[in-house]
Amino acid sequence: MTLNEDLLMLRDAARKFAEREIAPYAQAWDRDEYFPDEMIKKLGDQGFMGITVPEEYGGAGGNYMAFAIILEELARHDGGLCLAVEAHNGLCCGHILIGGNDDQKRKYLPALARGDQIGAWCLTEPNSGTDAAAMQTRAVQDGAHWVINGSKQFITNGERAGTYVVTARTGPGDRGAISAFIVERGTPGLSTGKREEKLGMRSSDTVVVKLEDVRVPAENMLGPEGRGFEDVKEVLKRGRVVISAMSVGFARGAVEEAVKYAHQRTAFGQPIFEFQAIQHKLADMMIQTEAARLMMYQSVSMLDRGLPTTREAAMTKVFASETATRVAMDAIQVLGGYGYLRDYNVERYMRDAKLIEIGEGTSEILRSLVAKTLRA
Amino acid sequence: MKIAVLMKRVPDTASVLKITPDNKSVDMANLKFVMSPYDEHAIEEALKIREAGKATEVIVFTVGPEGSQETIRTALAMGADRAVFVKEDPSRFNSKGIAEMLAAAVKTEGPELVFAGKQAVDDDASQVPERVAELLDLPHASIVTKFELNGRAATVEREIEGGSYTVEVPLPALFTMQKGINTPRYPTLPNIMKAKKKEIKEFSLADLGLDAAKLVSGLEVSGMSLPRANRLNKILDGDSTERVKKLLTILREEEKVL
Repeated sequence: MTLNEDLLMLRDAARKFAEREIAPYAQAWDRDEYFPDEMIKKLGDQGFMGITVPEEYGGAGGNYMAFAIILEELARHDGGLCLAVEAHNGLCCGHILIGGNDDQKRKYLPALARGDQIGAWCLTEPNSGTDAAAMQTRAVQDGAHWVINGSKQFITNGERAGTYVVTARTGPGDRGAISAFIVERGTPGLSTGKREEKLGMRSSDTVVVKLEDVRVPAENMLGPEGRGFEDVKEVLKRGRVVISAMSVGFARGAVEEAVKYAHQRTAFGQPIFEFQAIQHKLADMMIQTEAARLMMYQSVSMLDRGLPTTREAAMTKVFASETATRVAMDAIQVLGGYGYLRDYNVERYMRDAKLIEIGEGTSEILRSLVAKTLRA
Repeated sequence: MKIAVLMKRVPDTASVLKITPDNKSVDMANLKFVMSPYDEHAIEEALKIREAGKATEVIVFTVGPEGSQETIRTALAMGADRAVFVKEDPSRFNSKGIAEMLAAAVKTEGPELVFAGKQAVDDDASQVPERVAELLDLPHASIVTKFELNGRAATVEREIEGGSYTVEVPLPALFTMQKGINTPRYPTLPNIMKAKKKEIKEFSLADLGLDAAKLVSGLEVSGMSLPRANRLNKILDGDSTERVKKLLTILREEEKVL
């Protein structure tokens, strides 16, 4: 699997961007649990806030491979910022692209793609994560408006988003049909809770989004009434394919830092790289990372070709996310005591990597999903 | 107003160079090529002028073999509007011939401003842009660290030993750019997507009315060798205070540099 000329150029540009604009600050953003708002504009200027948004709506018109390549390069230096970019492009813009009509796309996508604002996607609730069908947020029609009530949990970019895509039950009963709505920042009744304190991905903001009698015009419904859950599944399916690129980025970061350290650090009169125990550990880290990258390239290119990716995305995400956590743990081991210190970054990669085993489908449910395809 | 930018592709500065068996040239096989870094500054400066509304078009000019298109695309992805590509293996020529090719190509567009990097990082000859200026009968200023347009002239700061030198140059004119004049942008995703659709106009020597035989200069490379590093490999021992003392003693008494 080799990348074409455009994708190689994109990879180089994204790498330079990440090395210059992210790497020097990532430790501080992790400590402060926030990356500066001006990064959103800088990402927008690079075209990284409207990656798959077509040119006619102000985006870059890239494919999912471009998206994945950008995610790997950003994750290499800061998982939190990368998660913000992933949620914005894949989930918020992604849902508008899948479910939105032309007017909605024209109204909302250009500002999101320029990076004038960041988007958030509000699906998860306190009692509804993997089991999205247990959703309790409800929207009731009132003339030309819908009135939304409920609470959304673990919302990436929730604190500073300019545009929210919110799912709510619109059909009757506890299992009634689900619809999606675009809610603008500043709509009365929409508020956010305190910023969650997280293990990793700390530079991205994660909050509770509360909706209390939030009135949105009927034209802000994304897609026909009751189709929300179908679109949610499609958004998640595509997101699951590209999110593995973040894991590849974490694993690559861990390998690169461990290799660098192993050459610099001496023990018993030689660089620790010369010890076979270290060499084999580094080789295994490299092998696992490359395998994860190839699985990711394979499932992303299948998505770009419009092929079914349900099983491939699940297999890739389980493998890539678990590889990233393990490789980052190994990197800490190679760095020894220094690996345990925040100054050396690898412990951060481990903390960031762990999330991908949980978010957008846990390893457990994804294994079940793979197994389901094996049933006789 | 059009701005022409002269660009050269060079081996990636991180690559390990090998000399060909005849000891007369660098082995170009299996090398990764990049745009000469000073040329990135030249393109950036041209793009800034266009974005300020003071120029209509930025056109990149290069002489190179098949395969140079990749580096040209990088320039287009940075934001240059189009490119003129003289497809010719430059290893047969030196600065004189390359300058004649570029001058002939630039003439087809008649730009008001011609920019280039102050030197290419492969041969470090610092010859081509100035020769192009002479061939086109343009005034030129080299090693520019600040550039400002004032209507039909440009006021520029040139770097000189220990200071700077400000000159006003009437247009059309040629300028070579020094690091520090700006921070070159990275190609953006939308521009990478657009670069594919931008025009790369190809010229052969015949198209430009040039005769290869007349472009070859009397200069001949008689030999080439890699720099040999003769290192002392001296490692100082002791704690850091002792090591600093020893180092100072060596610098003062043995090397006499202090």
